[in-house]
Amino acid sequence: MSEVIKLKRGLDIRLAGKSETIYTQVAPSEQFAICPADFKGLTPKMVAKVGDKVNAGDVLFVDKQHPEVLFVSPVSGELAAVNRGERRVILEVVVKADGVATTRDFGKEDVKSLSRDQVINKLLKTGAWTYFKQRPYNVVADPWGPIRSIFVSTFDTAPLAPDFDFIIAGNEANFQAGLDVLAKVAPTFVGVRSESANNAFAQAKGVTVTSFAGKHPAGCVGVQINHVQPINAGEKVLTIGVQEVVAIGKLFSTGVMDFARVAVVCGSEVKKPTYVRTTLGSQLTNILKDNIASDNVRVISGNVLTGTQVESNGYLRYYDSQVTVIPEGNEYEFLGWAMPGLNKFSNHKTFLSWLTGSKTYKLDTNMHGEHRAFVVSGELDAVLPMDIYPEFLFKAIMAQDIDKMIELGIYEVVEEDIALCEFVCTSKLNLQKILRNGLDLMAKEVG
Amino acid sequence: MKALRKYVDSVKPNFQEGGKFSWLRSTFGAFETFLFTPNEVNKGGVHVRDAVDLKRTIIVVVLALIPALLMGMYNTGYQHFRALGQAAEFGDMFLYGFLQVLPMLIVSYVVGLGIEFAVAQMRGHEVNEGFLATGMLIPLIMPADVPLWMVGLATAFAVILAKEVFGGTGMNIWNPALIARAFLFFAYPSKMSGDSVWYGAEKAVDGFSGATALSNANATGATGFDFMDCVYGLIPGSIGETSVIAIAIGAVLMLCTGVASAKTMISVFVGGALTAYLFNIGGATGMGSLCWCEHLVIGGFCFGAVFMATDPVTSPRTECGKYIYGFLIGAMAIIIRVLNPGYPEGMMLAILLMNTFAPLIDSIIVGRNISRRKNRVKQQAK
Repeated sequence: MSEVIKLKRGLDIRLAGKSETIYTQVAPSEQFAICPADFKGLTPKMVAKVGDKVNAGDVLFVDKQHPEVLFVSPVSGELAAVNRGERRVILEVVVKADGVATTRDFGKEDVKSLSRDQVINKLLKTGAWTYFKQRPYNVVADPWGPIRSIFVSTFDTAPLAPDFDFIIAGNEANFQAGLDVLAKVAPTFVGVRSESANNAFAQAKGVTVTSFAGKHPAGCVGVQINHVQPINAGEKVLTIGVQEVVAIGKLFSTGVMDFARVAVVCGSEVKKPTYVRTTLGSQLTNILKDNIASDNVRVISGNVLTGTQVESNGYLRYYDSQVTVIPEGNEYEFLGWAMPGLNKFSNHKTFLSWLTGSKTYKLDTNMHGEHRAFVVSGELDAVLPMDIYPEFLFKAIMAQDIDKMIELGIYEVVEEDIALCEFVCTSKLNLQKILRNGLDLMAKEVG
Repeated sequence: MKALRKYVDSVKPNFQEGGKFSWLRSTFGAFETFLFTPNEVNKGGVHVRDAVDLKRTIIVVVLALIPALLMGMYNTGYQHFRALGQAAEFGDMFLYGFLQVLPMLIVSYVVGLGIEFAVAQMRGHEVNEGFLATGMLIPLIMPADVPLWMVGLATAFAVILAKEVFGGTGMNIWNPALIARAFLFFAYPSKMSGDSVWYGAEKAVDGFSGATALSNANATGATGFDFMDCVYGLIPGSIGETSVIAIAIGAVLMLCTGVASAKTMISVFVGGALTAYLFNIGGATGMGSLCWCEHLVIGGFCFGAVFMATDPVTSPRTECGKYIYGFLIGAMAIIIRVLNPGYPEGMMLAILLMNTFAPLIDSIIVGRNISRRKNRVKQQAK
């Protein structure tokens, strides 16, 4: 393997509630849902109707702009409900499982004998194309036109994130098969953790492997892209997660879409943090049953930086392999700004907790302050290991100055890359939302 | 504390939309958030947040100013009794200084916070905590004998014209405390500089000179004070600026907590020392012949370097820019001191000047990042 890219900037938030690498058996869920909000920029168009019988792999809805991009049911059963929100926006497409695993067979195929178009068509037809996210903008990938490269990050450095070295065990061959498929679509790059013990990642074939060391966000694929081959204006880069690569590998080697996913259940309010074997879009009820320590909690599909707040009977969101439960912080704190702060986690040294070494913290959802204008400088730069000036980029976005946004590198970042900036921000600005507004504006004006 | 919280909750509706005192909403909010960190939770973005907020940051600055304030109070009394030619106990000196400085502090806070509250109310904003530091800084950079109405006037001028017109904390171009001083400096020069403004000079015994180290140096090329007195802060000067030791305690606190930028602070000293040294070896006379180490301990150099130059809002926002900015402040302060006979002190003007240029420094540094990105595209096109 070549040299290790060492990232100095970043921050590991030391949350309590990390899971050991063990699996716990949970009862399979009865309901599953695909939430269109997981796909940025998507306007869903329903294909199946409420009451329809569906097999695992049957189409539920399609992308209105790209009707060839299919979103399929992860289980066989009955389309139970299409839950809508304000202005009839589709929130959840719920499938009630029938318990019979009827899956569609798309046929075994050797990827070596297929052309690039055939591969893409197969990915589209099976719904696996939706596993890709496209940069810039972090949207569902456009299947047509040149794709510069595909990036896979094989480790997650977010707080309490799952260990993919552990999850991948037993699926190494499928992972490699998946990479072979990706390499057919575009040149593929794999980012691995420098101390990763898993050879499936470090010795992946047919792809370019780059090794990274450092704190979060070293595992964010955007940061890795920035160091390997930064995205320029007009270029299109796809990203995909490890479990999705495995699923694609299985699709080509067995002909069947595998919707099984591993998720880690973690956080300070989880009694027994553990890994569970579950299914894409699974309802969380059974996973969290008898495993939550208190009532006033927030359940998050994903990690505490970028995850989605869900109910305890909500669903595991499309791209997530983590469920975090932390205390809700809706309480006042007397003279909170004046206390020595030995029990408070902060990347700033105004709290004495920086003297206490590496203990873990039970963080709640309190904002610990109010919104302000940018005052403290340098704090955002300190947690973004990219050649980008985040504060200037955010100011350009707030001013809706598209030229400046492009000049300052908006094509190179998505929300997860700058989530840590939002965490450390003294002025408590909603930086992920600001960036999303900028990306949406760019997508609309520039395309 | 539960009882207090209950009380706050019971009166809160009066101050909200539709309540009797809804016109005092911002004021109530300021006091409420001062007592209790709000119960607001994160929505939409990150689910957990760093424990720090702006109140915490500003409070550290205020704490860091306390040693300079206390030492300034003592020195005010010390200079007073020296001018009168009387011997006095430590307690008497401190008490005299305390009674002299406290009204200035009160006037600065009442006027400044009053305007901040009024503006926040008008705009329907929360009250920003930035003035907590500014309100402390303003008296500390004034002579102890300055009339209170001038403190009030300068504070009002600074808060309205240097801060609120730009949009409040975080938006201002110049350091508000320095604008307050600059306002008095140019509007009432006879009250702000010269030999007679310090410590009740009109009642002074014969032969006492109220001249500061800087004006001595300007006239004769020597400070006229013992070097160690300059370090302890037992020389005439603005309240907070004289004691290098007290300022150093504040500097250590701000650097350990990361509130102030070490890059800026050190660069100011390097810039100042180097420039003064160049004047020394260049054979300059008058102020220019003063040893570089003396330059750094007299006047407002230390205070400016530690508390004024490091203001993040008026500094460059890029890390690299902070080196340039700091260095130029130090260099400019010495150049003004040496080459401009009209102004023996250059720190205030040097910082205000560099405040003006901070966005330009940033623009150059960020511009390099932009051109790197453009070159990358060009290289790939080849």
